[in-house]
Amino acid sequence: MKEMKFYGKPLPNVEIEAYSGKLIVIEGTDGVGRSTHVALLRTWLEAMGHAVLDTGMTRSVLAGRGIKNARAGHTLGRLTMQLYYATDFADRLENQMLPALHAGFIVLTDRYIYSAIARAVVRGADPEWMRAIYGIGLVPDAVFYLRLGSVEELAARLLASGRGFDYWESGMDLGLGNDYYDSFIAYQKLLLKEFDRMSGEYGFQVIDASRSIKRVENDLKRLITRVIESEQAKTEAMASVAGSPNAKENIPG
Amino acid sequence: MISYGHHRYPGRLFVVEGTDGSGKSTQLQLLYQWLKAEGYPVFFSEWNSSPLVKDTTRRAKKRRLFTPATFSLLHATDFADRTERDIVPPLKAGAIVLADRYIYTAFARDVARGCDRAWVREVYRFAVKPTVAFFFRAPLDVAIDRIASARPTLKYYEAGMDMDWSDDEEESFKIFQGKILDEYDHMVSEFGLTVIDGTQAIRTQQRQMREIVSRYLKEKLKEKVVLTK
Repeated sequence: MKEMKFYGKPLPNVEIEAYSGKLIVIEGTDGVGRSTHVALLRTWLEAMGHAVLDTGMTRSVLAGRGIKNARAGHTLGRLTMQLYYATDFADRLENQMLPALHAGFIVLTDRYIYSAIARAVVRGADPEWMRAIYGIGLVPDAVFYLRLGSVEELAARLLASGRGFDYWESGMDLGLGNDYYDSFIAYQKLLLKEFDRMSGEYGFQVIDASRSIKRVENDLKRLITRVIESEQAKTEAMASVAGSPNAKENIPG
Repeated sequence: MISYGHHRYPGRLFVVEGTDGSGKSTQLQLLYQWLKAEGYPVFFSEWNSSPLVKDTTRRAKKRRLFTPATFSLLHATDFADRTERDIVPPLKAGAIVLADRYIYTAFARDVARGCDRAWVREVYRFAVKPTVAFFFRAPLDVAIDRIASARPTLKYYEAGMDMDWSDDEEESFKIFQGKILDEYDHMVSEFGLTVIDGTQAIRTQQRQMREIVSRYLKEKLKEKVVLTK
């Protein structure tokens, strides 16, 4: 069990009690393979018998659809965008992540507050403002930052995947370049700088994502095993004292 | 990002605040008619009016998806869109903007719902500080009587039913409005709100409002812009 620790003031009505789950964050800029690794890790963790909840940006019941519609129209102002994302985050935190953590789940999240902060700061938002808003965030058990060496490598990878450039991933709203490619390069460079800056502040564990999927996956598995085992040793010690296992099987709504 | 109190625009921003049933919307409507008749370019901005957020809010209210935090953040999102779309551009162009409810509504409601005071103020830090913020103050029983006669049924969030203060809607509404009024009273000195006694005759209140507003108007505001919305 671990005490809940938040970056700032916790949300109102949130139970601040010890939780038995793990909050594991996979961070990184667009196209580094975050969602691939979340899927691989989920399968692996479930095979080992761990209950897993995976979540990511714009996947809230409350605001997900609204954000997608607003993005599709390309009429989303900068301040509005940041607050819409914060709403999405708060909804997922309260209704998905925290209940799952209390029930002993391993929560894998594809991006967390760091991506939201980086995108906002690159768009001219005051970093202190963003940090204050996201003070509601729970401090995770581990943050893995998938990092590519260069932005050009990122672009090549995106093209190889057949996905191509998207308006927002290319930062077209910022007017940094004349076409999607130039804009993408300029925008992702700014993001990368912001992520690197946060790396020390938030204690990211940096994973070199320019290697093969298999090697990155092995690294992640090794590090996550460490996070889980430290907990299991404690739980088992406690259970042998109390004489009863304290596993909860509730699936959060 | 420019923070509250640091925007420098040629236009003027007048806002009205107060509990439900305080008479603020009526007063703003009268002010609007007067300013238009005087020949000023005037724009109107209402609480909860962002086209980007409207559907999400409606759905969340219907399906009761809100927590105090998400209620607060989604309303802030709505307000941000209004700020970027309806408030800042006319102010930059030198027009007059009238807002029915402003950030103080959020501060009062969200804190009444248990959100942290400092956090809510931080969330809205991007807001433009109004030229004058009128607070129409009516005692709780007066406001509740007005609401009761105007609206036969209270809505779930409006009555604060999400907070489990009471199973009775009317009782819950009274508790909620009482907390909101307390918050407003605290904000009078914190934000320099201009208090208008909402129990006076409508014409008396309007006269006071126009007298105060006219101190901030200049002839040149009239010729400054022609804006099409």
